[in-house]
Parts: sequence; C-alpha cells; structure tokens
Amino acid sequence: MSERTAAERVALARHPQRPNITDYISGLFTDFFEQKGDRLCREDPAILGGIARYHGRPVTVIGTRKGKTAEESLRCNFGMPSPEGYRKALRLMKQAEKFRRPVITFIDTSGAYPGLEAEARGQGEAIARNLFEMSRLTVPVIAVITGEGNSGGALALGVADRVLMMENAVYAILSPEGFASILWRDASRHEAACELMKLTAKDLLAQGVIDDIIPEPDGGAHEAPSLAIREVDRAVSRHLAALQKENWLAPARYKKFRKMGAPAKEDP
Amino acid sequence: MNSVFAKRRARLLAMKAIRDNYVPEEKLMTCPRCGKEHERKTVAQNLSVCPECGYHWPLGAYYRLSTILDPGSFRELNGKLPAADPLSFPGYREKQRAAQRKTGLTEAAVTATGTIGGAKCVAGVLDSRFMMGSMSAAVGEKITLAIEYAAKNKLPLILFCASGGARMQEGILSLMQMAKTSAALARFSDKGLLYISVLTDPTTGGVTASFASLGDIILAEPGALIGFAGPRVIQQTIGETLPEGFQRAEYQEEHGFVDAVVPRAQLRDTLIRLLKLHEKGGRSA
Repeated sequence: MSERTAAERVALARHPQRPNITDYISGLFTDFFEQKGDRLCREDPAILGGIARYHGRPVTVIGTRKGKTAEESLRCNFGMPSPEGYRKALRLMKQAEKFRRPVITFIDTSGAYPGLEAEARGQGEAIARNLFEMSRLTVPVIAVITGEGNSGGALALGVADRVLMMENAVYAILSPEGFASILWRDASRHEAACELMKLTAKDLLAQGVIDDIIPEPDGGAHEAPSLAIREVDRAVSRHLAALQKENWLAPARYKKFRKMGAPAKEDP
Repeated sequence: MNSVFAKRRARLLAMKAIRDNYVPEEKLMTCPRCGKEHERKTVAQNLSVCPECGYHWPLGAYYRLSTILDPGSFRELNGKLPAADPLSFPGYREKQRAAQRKTGLTEAAVTATGTIGGAKCVAGVLDSRFMMGSMSAAVGEKITLAIEYAAKNKLPLILFCASGGARMQEGILSLMQMAKTSAALARFSDKGLLYISVLTDPTTGGVTASFASLGDIILAEPGALIGFAGPRVIQQTIGETLPEGFQRAEYQEEHGFVDAVVPRAQLRDTLIRLLKLHEKGGRSA
C-alpha cells in the first residue's frame, strides 16, 4: 500500500460516495429502530440514532448524518449538528445506560453548525454536557471515525472506551481550511495545513488519541463499500468483545482521556 | 524544601504582577467602547471598569485573583507546569516565549488555592493576554489538576474563563483537553462539590464547549462575548449581519445559559454569598 499524503486522505474522507451512517447501520445492524427528537424542542436530522441489534445483541447506535443527494444533504444540514442533535444523542446514551446496552457511535462531520439559532440554543453547552456525561457513562462506548471528525462537534460523540478510525479518515480541531485561515489568514493554504495538523489515523494512533486503525479497500472505502463495512464490523466486534472480556469499568475511560496532554513524567 | 522556595517565589512573582498591573503613571487610556479618555490610575482603582460606560477591560490572571481572594491567602498550584509543543509546530516556541515575556506567565492559565471571605477554595483564571487564553495541553492539564486538587480536598472550585478557543499549534491534543477537563468535572461533581464558572470577555470555542458551560452556577461579566462559534464565522455561514448584543452576557442570560450577569465590583461579594450558601464545600450538612 503506497503512503497517501494527509491532503489526499482529507479528500478521500470527504468523498461524496463514501459510505455514510445509513450504509453502516444497514450493513452492520439488524432490527434498527430510529429514535427522533431531543424531548425539548426539535428533531435534528444531522444526527441519526436508535436501537438496533449488533450480532444479535441490542445496542444503541448514534452517528452524524451527511446526505448523499443534494436534497438529503440539505435536510441534514450537511452533517453539521445543532444543539438539539447533541441533546438527542445524550438522551439516547442515557437510555442505553438505563437498559445496559453498549453504545456505538459513528462520526463524520465537518463540525458543529456555526449558526445563529444553534448559538441561541447553546451549542457550546450541548457539547460540554455530552463530554461531561459521556465520560461517566457506565456502559461500554465505542466510537468509529468514518470520514472527517472536526472540532468539538465530533468529540461530542467521541468520548469512548475505544476510538477507532478508518484508514483514510481524519480527526482534527477544525477543518484544514479553517486552520489555515485562522493561523495564516489564508484558507487556500489548506494543503500545507493538512501536513502540519497531524490529522491522519496513523498520526493520531502515535499520539495515543485513537486506539486502532480500520483498513480500507485500495482506493478508499467508496470503491468497495461492502468490504469497508466488513472491516468496520471486524474491528467493532473485536473491540466490543475485548471490553466485555476485560470486565470493563467506567473509570478506565476516565484514565484514558486523563493522560492526554499530561506531561510525560506523570504518565503511569 | 525546594517546593518551599518555589512557592515563595511564585508568591513574590504574583505580587510583582499585581503591582505591575497598577502602574500609576499619568498615562491616559481610552475606553474602547465609549471612546472617553481616563487616567490609568482612575481605571485601575475602579477594577479596570470604565467609570463612564461600565466597559470591563480584560484582567491579567494574577490581578484577577488579587481582586477575588483574601489578601495573603493566594498559594499558586502547579505554577511550574511547562508549556508544551507536542507537534513541534514551526514558530510555536517563539510565539510562546513572546507571550511569556509579555505576560510574565508560563502559560495561559493560573490556578491557586486561597480564601474568599474566609472560605477556602480553589480558583483558576485564563488570561486572554496569553495567546488569547487558548486551550493548550498545559492549560487543560493545569485546570484538570486544579479540579482534582479541589475534589481531593473537598473544596469549592471557581474558574474565570476567557478564551479565543483551541490552541491551533497543538492540534488534536488541544481538542482532547475539552474531554479531559469535562471528565474531571464529572468526577468532581459526583462528590457533591460546588463549581462556579465566571465567564469573562471573551469566552468562546472549546472552553465554552467544555468547563465554562459546566458550572453548577454560571456567572458572567457585563458585556462579555460568550459563544461556541465566533461572530465572524457565524456571519460568514449565514450571510447576514448579527443582531445587536448577540452572544453578549446579557443575551446569554436571556437565553438561559447564565445564572446572573454580575458587574466586577460586585463579583467578590457575590462569590462570598454563594460560598456561604454551600458551606462544607458543597453538600449541605
């Protein structure tokens, strides 16, 4: 396998034909029942979630939704969730805890929606609350970054016991365009930003931010979606089984995130 | 033994920083909001609030603590925690050094223990003069250590937030500080302890989407900009001008995200009152 540049991976991660949350749900789960609404004010189609069976066992599945057609993309706001989406996700996670179901999340978003209503309804608070609650959820949580995972909008579904990343997925504080425009006031330098940001799966595994890389078919997941889905299945089922075998406990998740960015001498 | 000297040195440095902030020169300063000129000394005596229009200037971290803590009670926590450069990002070390020279701080956060109206507590401040108070690994670590210290010693926690968002130069580790600090607060909260967050101008980005929004009680200084996305980004996204007062403290109070907007002159008394209402660190006996 030849090494791709970070910018090439960003392009693959954003490929319009890349498998999305609906492909993963239909490919990996049976008996999916969609649950809508945050029970406060609105249903946000940018996040899809519900109950399903994974290898026969009930789980809660949640993921950001990017559309494939123009109409679908518009309806789910190009995969950029509003606070209502994050609050729905949290509602489903708390419910998973109540019924002792593992949580599996799929992340593919260019970030939380930076709109006027989103701000008025507390985008920051919604994300913060998810980080707070996810960190102490007492059921196993697995997050899979399938495309782009940008900013707090991605992390709000990513405080998991195992964070898995597809080979060509990217995970970063914000889009390379945003990074270039903030740092150099020039969004056109995004390719240079891609390299500096260390946003590929390999870079992040080395930094201890993710736990495993899921291989993709040559040419990217969109070239052979069923193959890609099979690889995701293998990784998720392996990690889920391992978590259960380890007699998993919530404090392990805390320790995992606690170590990130701590000075080396304090590492256990 | 070494730590005794380190603490003493930190305290002396802090006192120096407070003095430096008070430079009683004849120099005039112009209020960015009403445009009126005031003597620097007058403004300093007014807690850096414009006597004319009530504009709140940003405060340096040590100066902020000196306006809140009882005199002599300040003890810095983890003052020596070094700034990091995890990605060996080009030019970042120079930027850090420039910010350190400018502010006398090692990083954008200062954390300490002290008393407020006699009540012991842990207090932390983000300093917007240090790279816009952006969230670096060192900032996240200092805040987390302060939360853990408060949890261990069953003390109430007060964090003064001010941040432009993520520290770009530290990449994904900056993002992970959001999860780390929020997770530490969840554990802190589970012990039944009180956390008050005070939002100052500006509180945005990853800090808003983590510890700033997680206070049991959230206070804000008048006129402070508080939001996740910055106004420029929102304007670009929606393509229309934003309403007057959008994302200001008063707007957030009206929209249900702030308990009270408290002018700087009343902040210490408000905190004393709130701490008294939560005696024994939080849980009422």
